[in-house]
Amino acid sequence: MKKPDSVYYFATCLVDLMYPDAGLAGMELLRREGVRVLFPQDQTCCGQPAFNSGYRDDALAVARAQLACFERDIPVVVPSGSCGGMIRTHWPELFAGQPDEAKALAIAARTYELTEFLVDVLDIRLDDLGEPVRIAIHTSCSARREMGVADRIESLVGQLGNVEVLTQERKPECCGFGGTFAVKQADISGAMVKDKTDALRATGASVVISQDCGCLMNIGGAFEKQGNGPQTQHVAEFLWERTKR
Amino acid sequence: MSTTSSSTSQDQSRAFHARIDDALHNDQMRTNFRRALTGIMAHRAKQFPDDAQLQALRDQARAVRANSLVRQPELLEQLERKLTENGIQVHWAENPQQANSIIRGILQAAGAKTVVKGKSMVSEETELNHDLEQHGIEVIESDLGEYIIQLAEEPPSHIVAPAIHKNRRDVAELFKRFHPEIPYTEDINELTNSAREILRHRFATADAGISGVNFAVAETGTLCLVENEGNGRLSTTAPRIHIAITGIEKVVEKLADVPPLLEILTKSATGQPITTYFNMISRPRQPGELDGPEAVHLVLLDNGRSRIRVDAELLDTLRCIRCGACINHCPVYVQLGGHAYGTVYPGPIGLALEPQRIGLDKVGTLTSACTMCGACGEVCPVRIPLPKLINRLRAEAVDGHPGQAGLPGHGSLRKSTEATTWKLWRLLYSRPGLYRLFAASATRLRALTPSKLGGWTRYRSTPKPAPRSLRELAKKEGFGND
Ligand code: SF4
Repeated sequence: MKKPDSVYYFATCLVDLMYPDAGLAGMELLRREGVRVLFPQDQTCCGQPAFNSGYRDDALAVARAQLACFERDIPVVVPSGSCGGMIRTHWPELFAGQPDEAKALAIAARTYELTEFLVDVLDIRLDDLGEPVRIAIHTSCSARREMGVADRIESLVGQLGNVEVLTQERKPECCGFGGTFAVKQADISGAMVKDKTDALRATGASVVISQDCGCLMNIGGAFEKQGNGPQTQHVAEFLWERTKR
Repeated sequence: MSTTSSSTSQDQSRAFHARIDDALHNDQMRTNFRRALTGIMAHRAKQFPDDAQLQALRDQARAVRANSLVRQPELLEQLERKLTENGIQVHWAENPQQANSIIRGILQAAGAKTVVKGKSMVSEETELNHDLEQHGIEVIESDLGEYIIQLAEEPPSHIVAPAIHKNRRDVAELFKRFHPEIPYTEDINELTNSAREILRHRFATADAGISGVNFAVAETGTLCLVENEGNGRLSTTAPRIHIAITGIEKVVEKLADVPPLLEILTKSATGQPITTYFNMISRPRQPGELDGPEAVHLVLLDNGRSRIRVDAELLDTLRCIRCGACINHCPVYVQLGGHAYGTVYPGPIGLALEPQRIGLDKVGTLTSACTMCGACGEVCPVRIPLPKLINRLRAEAVDGHPGQAGLPGHGSLRKSTEATTWKLWRLLYSRPGLYRLFAASATRLRALTPSKLGGWTRYRSTPKPAPRSLRELAKKEGFGND
């Protein structure tokens, strides 16, 4: 795909309310590459929470409300592996047989996870202006398995000269977030995030970055509760802070 | 929704959470699982150094299994015909009770009092051991893992490694208790040898042998049995009667289908290029032959499989070749171990299969024990889309359209409080104006965010909305609407 003039930005509900700085950083990165970034003000949520809980009618109603926001034939960039995965993989399932199926399919086909878009489409070049730092990368399960884009975050960070990446034990293992899983199976989720935070802390990294704010809310929240551990940051914010002039 | 189903659904949820609680507090067991599974995953990975080859083999295995399922009715007829020609007697069982009574009948007619058994998960489905023992027939499990849990009077915690929850000290203790004549040791090889000695005597004296089946080949009427200890071979050849039991979905079309399945099964299950033993059983002892059973029986169990097969999506569940890879890679299973699930099949395949087999009203809550991380689907040798199936079952369990045909217990886990919560969520997130108002107040009133959010804050700090939502920041920073 050649570099587009404009893209839509689908921020996701979690980024909108909890991690707006991460969302904004993603938009700044895109804008710096000469892409016009459109933020449709009527966007809300991809429908994933209800879909994963089995409430498909409700998921469909919310997903449907997004269709009008992304009508033009330009890429939709999402700063989240799991919401990107929801749109690309599960919207076709969710909208199957619905009158607006074609619209949903069209959007799904031009949806990209942010790091995927930066690497594959924009072929972004990064110049590290930050202090030396040692980090660990948590690859979100959706980015890894649903979208197959887990390596994009690695290749972006690989361009930063002052960043050393440390690898935690059992890196591909889920952090235990899983959306409503963290509430419905709170104790299993707690045991999982304990293992994940232990592994991350043991690397000695001072920052943990990820493509997904769900994972970050889980991992970061656990570090905070435990009272020690690396800082957590969305990859977009990490990249933007280290490369903005 | 009837009151009975709602109380059943509450009961199953409460019981499941109690088992989860027990499991999470059993540190020793969790350590055992973590250690064992880390090892198995590494072994498996070593067998597949070339990803392209692995993916091609998965495609092939998937196609073989999918084709067998499509043609299942005719293949089963052919299988029965061929087996009968070969002198193997075929029995059909719709449910566990029928299967058990068929097997019991065969044993009683032959005056059999003792049985040695090879590993069979289908016999766990029917609780065969219990049934036989109730009727005065002694059953000895001959697979080492099965033997250990039989001594401990526990169900298997894993479909391939039934005693995986035990470490060597647990096993040594069991042997000390049940075989005081053997000197105490924690050495795995010595323990294995002792078990061999004990079991060898049993093989020689048992009246009948019972085994499972990995693949039943329709073309030739051959029963294939994959194993490592030689106990399968002895159970199926030493006693005068051999009874095999399996699910009807295990049929495959032809012998040529077996090699790709066998290769991906052993590599995925235990990380072995091939198991130590691979048995192909095609007939009883013939006149003039010196060994082998005089009679061979095959019991084909349905137990819900035909019902699953007619659903175009759920059908995929039946491709399973019971390798256990999904279980080994499940980040929830490694925390809980197998017993917490409370079903015959634990882990991802259990989440997908058991509610279909037993009913959503009975075990549908299992589907909550999944983060949708996708690790299972990524390793499944026959590409069963496990997360998709689990998601589908979640939807069926809470579906509010009772008129729709579906699985047993369809809609039984729908709770009005939860349904209402999602209705409110839907209202808020499908009306941009309303949502904007909500976002504006949530950010401005962030100080009022409740500091305790159920189970979430037991392990994490409270998430707080940012001072301004992204939609406000985007506007301010000049990112246009369109
Ligand atoms: S579902 Fe797939 S991975 Fe799991 S046991 Fe069956 S074949 Fe193996």
